[in-house]
This record gives sequence, C-alpha cells and structure tokens, in this order.
Amino acid sequence: MGSEPFLHLEALTKRFDGLVAVDRVSLSLERGEMLALLGPSGSGKTTTLRLLAGFERPDAGRVLVQQEDVTGVEPVSRRFGMVFQHYALFPHLDVGENVAFGLESLGVKGEALGRRVAAALALVDLAGYERRRIGQLSGGQQQRVALARALAPEPRVLLLDEPLSNLDPALRERTRRELRELIRRVGITTVFVTHEQDEAFDLGDRVALLRAGRLEQVGTPEDLYALPANAFVAEFVGRSSSIDVVVLGRGERGLRVSIEGAEWDLNEVSPPNAGRGRARMLVRPEALRLSPHAPGAVNGTVTLRRFIGSSSLFTVRTDGGATLEVSGPPRSATPGDRVGIMPSRRAGGGIHLFPEGTE
Amino acid sequence: MSAQSRSSIAGSVLLVLLVWLIAYPLILVLIEGFRGSQGWTFDYLRLFLARGNELRALWGSLWISVVTVVLAAVIGVPLAYLFWRYDFPGRRILGGLVALPAVLPPLVGVIAFMFLYGESGFASLLVQRVLQLEEAPWRLQGAGAILLVHAYSMYVYFYLFTRAGLSALDGAVFEAAASLGAGRWRTFRRVVLPLLYPALGGGALLTFMTSLASFSAPYIFGGGFRVMTTQIVATRLNGDDQLAMIETASLTVLALLALWVLSGGRRTDVSAGGRKGVAPALIPVKQRSLRLAVALLGWVLALLLLLPHLTLLLVSFVPAGTWTTEPIPPAYTWRNYLTLIQDPVRARPLVNSLWLATAATVAAVVIALIAGLLSVRRRVRAGGAIQGLLALPWAVPGTVFAIALATAFSVSAPWAGRFILVGTLWILPLAYLVRNLPITSRAVVAGLRALDPSLDEAAAALGARRWRALRRITLPLLRPALVAGASLAFVTAFGDFVTSIMLYTYDTRPISLEILSSLRQSDVGVAAAYGVVLMAVSAAVFAVGAEQGSPG
Repeated sequence: MGSEPFLHLEALTKRFDGLVAVDRVSLSLERGEMLALLGPSGSGKTTTLRLLAGFERPDAGRVLVQQEDVTGVEPVSRRFGMVFQHYALFPHLDVGENVAFGLESLGVKGEALGRRVAAALALVDLAGYERRRIGQLSGGQQQRVALARALAPEPRVLLLDEPLSNLDPALRERTRRELRELIRRVGITTVFVTHEQDEAFDLGDRVALLRAGRLEQVGTPEDLYALPANAFVAEFVGRSSSIDVVVLGRGERGLRVSIEGAEWDLNEVSPPNAGRGRARMLVRPEALRLSPHAPGAVNGTVTLRRFIGSSSLFTVRTDGGATLEVSGPPRSATPGDRVGIMPSRRAGGGIHLFPEGTE
Repeated sequence: MSAQSRSSIAGSVLLVLLVWLIAYPLILVLIEGFRGSQGWTFDYLRLFLARGNELRALWGSLWISVVTVVLAAVIGVPLAYLFWRYDFPGRRILGGLVALPAVLPPLVGVIAFMFLYGESGFASLLVQRVLQLEEAPWRLQGAGAILLVHAYSMYVYFYLFTRAGLSALDGAVFEAAASLGAGRWRTFRRVVLPLLYPALGGGALLTFMTSLASFSAPYIFGGGFRVMTTQIVATRLNGDDQLAMIETASLTVLALLALWVLSGGRRTDVSAGGRKGVAPALIPVKQRSLRLAVALLGWVLALLLLLPHLTLLLVSFVPAGTWTTEPIPPAYTWRNYLTLIQDPVRARPLVNSLWLATAATVAAVVIALIAGLLSVRRRVRAGGAIQGLLALPWAVPGTVFAIALATAFSVSAPWAGRFILVGTLWILPLAYLVRNLPITSRAVVAGLRALDPSLDEAAAALGARRWRALRRITLPLLRPALVAGASLAFVTAFGDFVTSIMLYTYDTRPISLEILSSLRQSDVGVAAAYGVVLMAVSAAVFAVGAEQGSPG
C-alpha cells in the first residue's frame, strides 16, 4: 500500500437486540477508490453503510478518515455524502433548493450558492433544472438530483445505498455507466451497497462480499471470480454448480479427483495442491463440456436447456444424483438426451475444491 | 449532554405533564368516590347499587349505544357501497351531501331536530294539518328521539369508514372474483365484506364510543329517560358529589370495557388488500325505471339530510315571540344576527368560544407535535405511555372528564398538584385541550408515520442540525396532517357542550350554553342564529382542513 488508507473501518461491530448484524468488519480504502459492499439480504451491508454514515453507532470498532477518528461524530458534522435507496429527496422543495440544502448548512450564501448549485446540477447533466418540482422528474433524473445534492457540499466520502435498484432495468445499465464515469471524474472515495453481482463488478474497484455480518472476502472482481476464498464466495459470484468429489492426489496431467466413479486430472484448479480426501467441487458452466462417449466422463441426463445467445446452458442430472450446469454450443443436446461430462480444455480457473468441513 | 438523553428527559417531563393532566384527575375521581367524612367508605357504592335508576341509566347508555351502532351501520354501509360502486343521476352532488350531518355540532343538531320534528316543529305541524289531528302526531321524547338523532348524526362514521375501507380495496379483486364466476352478491359477501371487517370494526367502535358519551340528545330529548351521562349531571346538580363520582367511575369502566371488547385482539393496522387501491369501474344504473327510482330516492334522502340545516337557517330569521302555531313562521328579520354582533352581552359567548377553542387547539397541536416527535422519531422509552395517555380522553366520555377535572382542580393543594381552577378562566380551555389531545395526536402520529424516515437522515447527512431539519423538512411535510388535526380539534372545541355545561363560568360561557339559555327564554330565533354561526364556522373550518389537508 505504501501510504496510509484514506478511509479505514476497524473491526466494526453492531448488534440489534442481541443479534449481530455486523461482525468485526475491517476494510481500508485508498483515496478515490470505489468499494462495493456486496451480499445477500440480511448480510449486514446496509448496516455497515449506515455505520459509516453515522446513522447507527457501532457497539465496537472505529471509523477513521485520514487517521481522524469519526466514530463518535454525528452525521450532521461528519461530512459524508449519502444517496439513499429511495433518494429521500425533499418533495416540498424544488430541485435547486434540494441541492442547495447541504451548501446552506456550510453557510454558503447568495451568488456563490447559486453558482455551486448550478455546477452540481451541470455535473449530473441537469443544468437549468433548478426550478423543477421533484414530482415532475423521472426516476433517473431523481437519482441524479440525489447525487448532485450529495456531492454539492463536497463531502469527504460518498455513500450510495443500492443506487440503481429503483430504476427500471433498461435504464440501469446506462445509468451505471454514467455513475461510474461521474465518480471517476469527481475522484471521490466511494462506498456503495448492492445485492447485484453485476453492479458490484462493474462499478467497484474492489468488492467486499458479506454474509451474515461477516466479511467473507474483499478483492478485485477478478480475484473474487478466479480465487474465491470459500464455497460461499464461489457460489455467490457467477454461476456455478457443485458436486461431491474425492481428491486422490497428483495425477499425470494435474490433480486427480474421483467424481461418481470417473477420474479427472485437473490442471487448472484452485487450490492446486488440495489435500487428499472428500471435498466439494464448485464448477463454472464454462469449465465443463458435453462429450457423449468420452471415456472417463461423468454420465447423466439433460433435464433443461437454456438458450443464452452464443451458447446454451444445459442442466444435467448425473447418474449419481448431482445437478451440474454445463455450457456448450446451442444445439449440442436436448432435454432427455444421455450425455457425458468432461472438464473443458480451457477451463480457465473455473473449478474450485473445498475440502470437507472448511465452510 | 447527548441528544439521546436530552430526548429522554423531555419525554419524562411530557409524561409527567400528561399524567397530571389526564390520568391524575381520573384516579382522583375513583378515590374520592370511596371517601366519606370519616375516611374510606363503600356507602356511595352501596347507594349506587341500591337505587334502581342508577343501574337503569347505565343499562340505558349501553343499549342505546348498541342500537345506535346497528342503525348507523344499516344506513351508512349500504350508502357507502352504493356511492362507491354505482353510477346514477346526481351521484356527485349527493355524495357531498351525505357527509353533511358532520358539520352540525351535537347540540345544534339536537335543536334543529327540535325545530323540525318537535311538538311544534315544521314536520310535526305539517303532518298534523294534513291529517287534521287534534295534537302533534308524535312526541319527540325518550329513547326513540335519542336514537333518531344518533342515527342521523352517526351513520356518517360508518359511511366514511366504509368508503375509506372500500377505496383501499384493489379494484382487481372484483375482476378476479368475476373471472372466477362469482356473481355480484357472492362477491360482496365472500370478498368485499371480509376485506371490510377492519373498516367496519373501526366505524362500530367510533359510533359506540360517541353514542356512549352522547350528552346533548339525551339531555334535551331524554325526558324521564336517563342515560348515565345525563344522570351524572343531574346528580351533580343535586349536590350529591360523591354519588356523581361513583356514577362517573361506572361510566368510565363501561367505556373502557367496551373499548377492550370492541378492539380486543384485533390488529388495527392491517390494511385490506395491501396494495394501494384502484377503484373499480362504476356500474351504471341503466334501466329507465330504476334510474328514476334511484334518482327520486336520492333526492328524498338529500332533503332529509338537509332539512335540519334549512330549518335552523329559517328559524334564525324568526323575530322573538312571533311564531306560535303557524306551520311556517309569519315574519322574518335580520335582528337576531344583528343582536349577536351588537349586543355586548350576546356577542360575548361568540368571542369566548373563538378564543377558548383557538387556545385549546394551538396547545393541543403543540403537545401532540412534541409527543409525536419524541415517541415516533426519537423513540424515547416513555413513548408508548405518552401515546396511550394522549388517546385516553377519546375513550373516556366528556362528562367523565368534566367531572374529573372539576374534582381535581377545585381544591388547593399545590404539594399534591391540585390548584383551584374551577370557576376561573383556565378550566374550560384546559378541558377543551384534554379533549382535543387524542384528535391532534392521532393526526400527528399518522403524519409522522407516513414520512420517510430517510428524509430526516438525508437532512442530517447534508449537515442540517435538528432545528433546521424540523423547520425546513419535517414541519412543512407534516403541515397537511397538522391542519387536518387542528381543524377537527377546533370544530370539536368550538361546538362543545358536554364539558362546558359542567365547567363554564359566566365570563367564559361558550356559544352552546348561550343557545341553551336562549331556548329557555323561548328566544328561538337567537338560539337558531347561534346554531347557524356554529354550523357555518364548523363547515368553513372543515373545508379549509380538507383543502389544506389534501396533498399537493
């Protein structure tokens, strides 16, 4: 790292009525970095964000900005900008008054106020919208006003709570792109919450994956996909299916595992030196291929075919009773076909082994 | 000191104030009923149980209330369904008229009925003339008269609750029922009615409690028939204070018992249908003869609803002593209204009612606002108790509170929190305030609950301190709820009769008591003119409240 982190969460812990919502979460962000808090509902990601904003007080742990402890600082004085999930725009104030609200708190007045409101609106491509009523705006425009309002007072950190969840899917992709560009341009250190892996991967420099209040893994999207720390991460990030295997040891062309009687040598597998014994294997669909009569294949019956453009996803019920998802050419099989499954030759890190009892 | 502990100190102070103002007087009544000159005694309770007319009055209160609920439901529910589901000529105008009884304060409604259906009322004299009878065809007295007035003034509750319940229904349930082959009747019985239960329960509860507390109708029309509210006042006038307290306690117990039974176990916050309702398409009444019948029925109904108001207006122009046996008054004059303005003695009650109601309303809004912010927003520990106390005066009849306040504040014992307020300027506004608190606090709490809490957090994240957030964000957004609550509270206090009759002084005599004394002096014109003023102010305030209260 070299320098000190800009924003530092230190073993943050929050309990509600005895239930631990956030459990010793520690994270560090460089200045200007964008971090995604990703996780299923109830994972504590929103609580973590609210702890950062100061709306909740942690039971233990600290929040530091440039080594200044802000844990006990009220939200009013914390100077963290926040965009709420439903935007929380003030419905009785117009767009300009909404954006001016935070500037007025800082004592900005008169001409300077008007100038900075206009600048903030121009930043989100809403120049000249000052006198519009909130109710007249589309969902996407409301989201931008919320962003302009949060950014106008030049906060130290920007917090976004599910920033795109309120937009319809057609708009979401475009808004996501614009949001990413805007935040890069402003260069503000940003933490955002999402339950969508796509969003986290697309927007976040790094992604922190939470489950039941605990930080499971934090890293770049590539790290999370290719080197998941555990089965939960592997399953939550990207498509995968799982099957029980026995690790036999070093084989001729890689790690030898036994799957429902078949034996595969895996040359690209993580971890490459898994210990012998029973394990759960998680496989991305593209790490497997259908090969009808290959010796050493795992046999099964196709139960479902989903066409997804350039390829199809085949759900295969193996003779041993497991369900595997396999990617292949669109028409290579139809439901009811007997097929064999082999590891793909270009698996590219899509196979992960988790010895029994490590979850 | 942290914001949290400041809030809980404020909460504790408020709680103490409310206990002193609301719970303490009620407890004192209970205690004093069991205290004689030589300490504790059950003498008065024995006296209460021994006298047949006491239990008869209690029983009268109960059965009158039950029958009122049935009558009000029978009128209000079908009307609401009709207006919501069917289209017929005159639907819009009639729909507005249906809520008219709400602008008649209880006492005014009663005297309007007297002018209309009383022994020498227009309707009675008309029937007498037409049928050539020796005397009036009926006597507007006893339980029947009370029930008539109750049904007229309280069906509105059922009507409004049912309308609200119906409009919370998603119109799609009708389409769903129809697509599943259910006819209109089966849809109503199996789908609509069960979904309406919460609304009907709410209407029944409100009607029952209002009827139980009703005072004006039994007081004017009761004659020999007593309900507990009138019994209490009579006993009190006799000077049997202790017995009156036992009676008060018995009525309180009945009211709380009824509240417990009627709302028992039922969750009141379950909304029928869940989603925001889309009204189904109106069913037009097409058949020509049916259209005619419905229209005719509608206009008869409108006339019946409007007659009391029109009667009052007409009588207010009758010069004193000119109208004796003619079916229609022979002479008309503006004098009655001029008297109200010009005669300082006559004008005083108008001024009194205005300032009393205004002061009580402002105080009630402020207390409700503080209580709401502390219990809904700050979530102070005392929040539940505060809201419970604020709701209590709604459950307890006005007569009971009048007695309770009269008991608590007729003794000077500052160390026990008792001061002599009875007979002073302060007792009436205090009584109005207590009776207004449930109205304003319900409005404030509903308004606060409807506000997205993240608006507050957004203000905080933008650096707004608490006062600025309150002034710039919370209060402006809460304004519709505040206006609605305040207007309802003002109208209630402005037309109050039940607490005023027990607590007024000559200097603070409100309009309702002036109406009563005008009637006693057979000055019907002036009484009616006061009634018209009360009615007009109530209607105007309601209109303002409805306009301001509607969002956007």
